[in-house]
Amino acid sequence: MVDTLTPVLTDLWDAELGWKLATYEERGGYAALDVAFAMSPDDVITAVKDSGLRGRGGAGFPTGMKWSFIPQDNPKPKYLVVNADESEPGTCKDIPLMMGNPHVLVEGVILSSYAIRANKAFIYIRGEVVHVIRRVQAAVAEAYAAGHLGSNIHGSGYDLDVVVHAGAGAYICGEETALLEGLEGRRGQPRLRPPFPAVAGLYASPTVINNVESIASVPAIVKNGAAWFGSMGTEKSKGHGIFSLSGHVQKPGQYEAPLGITLRELLDLAGGVREGHQLKFWTPGGSSTPLFTAEHLDVPLDFEGVAGAGSMLGTRALQIFDETVCVVRAVLRWSEFYKHESCGKCTPCREGTWWLVQALARLESGQGSEEDLDQLLDQCDNILGRAFCALGDGATSPVTSSIQHFREEYLAHLEQGGCPFDPARSTAWSGQEVSA
Amino acid sequence: MSNQPSANQLDDKTIAELREIAARYPEPRSGLLPMLHLVQSAQGRITPEGIEACAAILEISAAEVNGVATFYTMYKRHGVGDYHVGVCTNTLCAVMGGDAIFQRLKDHLEIGNDEVAAQRQGDSRTVSLEHIECNAACDYAPVVMVNWEFMDNQTPESAVQMVEALRVGHDVSSTRGPKLCTWREAERVLAGFPDGRVDEGPTAGTASLAGLEIARERGWSAPDPSVAPAKEPTDG
Repeated sequence: MVDTLTPVLTDLWDAELGWKLATYEERGGYAALDVAFAMSPDDVITAVKDSGLRGRGGAGFPTGMKWSFIPQDNPKPKYLVVNADESEPGTCKDIPLMMGNPHVLVEGVILSSYAIRANKAFIYIRGEVVHVIRRVQAAVAEAYAAGHLGSNIHGSGYDLDVVVHAGAGAYICGEETALLEGLEGRRGQPRLRPPFPAVAGLYASPTVINNVESIASVPAIVKNGAAWFGSMGTEKSKGHGIFSLSGHVQKPGQYEAPLGITLRELLDLAGGVREGHQLKFWTPGGSSTPLFTAEHLDVPLDFEGVAGAGSMLGTRALQIFDETVCVVRAVLRWSEFYKHESCGKCTPCREGTWWLVQALARLESGQGSEEDLDQLLDQCDNILGRAFCALGDGATSPVTSSIQHFREEYLAHLEQGGCPFDPARSTAWSGQEVSA
Repeated sequence: MSNQPSANQLDDKTIAELREIAARYPEPRSGLLPMLHLVQSAQGRITPEGIEACAAILEISAAEVNGVATFYTMYKRHGVGDYHVGVCTNTLCAVMGGDAIFQRLKDHLEIGNDEVAAQRQGDSRTVSLEHIECNAACDYAPVVMVNWEFMDNQTPESAVQMVEALRVGHDVSSTRGPKLCTWREAERVLAGFPDGRVDEGPTAGTASLAGLEIARERGWSAPDPSVAPAKEPTDG
């Protein structure tokens, strides 16, 4: 029987100086390199395929399969790009991972690059986290000095260079082809696919783009075996994942557990919803995943379980809102975010997110009519599936799901001519010393 | 030191460093984002001269550089303070108190969004204010960033005390990071020039450790790899 929590990536976070090479190596860090170098690159790909690891950045695409799409007969250089642009509202796992244990990411980068036969890798970190960037920069420098990076790594004949690249503030760059545009020094607007990055990615060369947590999961898979990884999780969603609890819970934070844990179990560990309040709604995987309510407490948090219940596992960003929170206010604010972050390339998203904000702002202030709700759903219909990338689709999720679960609350705004909620009751300090 | 007018032309050292950034990449244009961070570090904002310098080094037009500089929100065409304060007002932080913090700081500093507060007599440093989107620290809500360092679990009172300490020149440290440096110094790190502060601050903040602490208390861990795994890797 596997334990309820299974710290692997988070296991080093309570070590003093967890970010230093010495700390990481004392615990067996970088030992997976020699295991991999004794294997062929294809065998490393097979091991990751067999483990069942699926992308931890939201989409859940099988990591090993993504690697196998790299055409090895293409004479161009191959590239690995780590997507460390963590910006999805509610998502806050990769940032503490890179701050506390950056070497597990660097080791994962080396193993993954070896598997796809890349000699150059990039770690694209959002710019708004200076200390995290310091830690990753230093880890890369330490790895070079120790001979884990550079030429002829561990005498294997394999060469790898890693560049740490800071972004400059754009949610859209979490979309993999927009990230490549940013990495090529352009405006971060998504590219038309096909061709997919595996065929024509960075500099039109074969490129693998993986999330931080996916890449950081590779060293333990190589060291402990695919079967070890697969002994955690569920049939189609294997392994460990970091679950991020935030909002109205007693103990918000990071909980690394096998995929398939439920919110009920996680809340139990986190001491429940804050004292004296009840769960109202939550996001299973960030703001782009349809909202859940207390009805969904026992949904297994794996890819199939959450999809089967009408949402998406996404990045396991569990934002918890209690009964003091106005769902219309919450959804309006998310919609303002999508409007701000829409890159402007395609009309459904650029114009659609604008209209969503207009309609929601009117409803929140108690103006408009019930027909506006239908119009909102109609607008969502015209964005979903018609936008150039997933940003537009994601923008519709909170709107449609909130109308589905809380239609009455929207109507209450119209009946009362404004918001019936007091925002002061939702604050972290509500019930303590009140500040104006 | 903070109020010296920026020289219009970039100095030779900065030009050399811009070239150094471009040389990190197989194709030099990939250096543009960090190069613009360096322009901000050297000149306090994105200047026409900085745009021209990047364009000349990368052999692209100034319009192309400009197009990139206007796309990303971290690039500022007007100056910011020595300490740029970002209050997260995305949904979760807003609900947890970010809206109240942002309102209090606007009132206290007598400025609006994306403005620099007046430097009062006796202030040694300036402060600017912006509302920001999710900064990936939701378990520490409500979150305030100063020069892109985490100031976790803020209240309106703590935020006001912090900006006052910053304005009069007191040392302030991130709640899980280093002593705050100036915005221009931080921009230099983003350009890829480390400042030696990496070993300040803890491995992880309190909330990051919530699950790990429970696992330690209860003796929970990932399966022991030396014991035969319970399941085959590919069943079904």
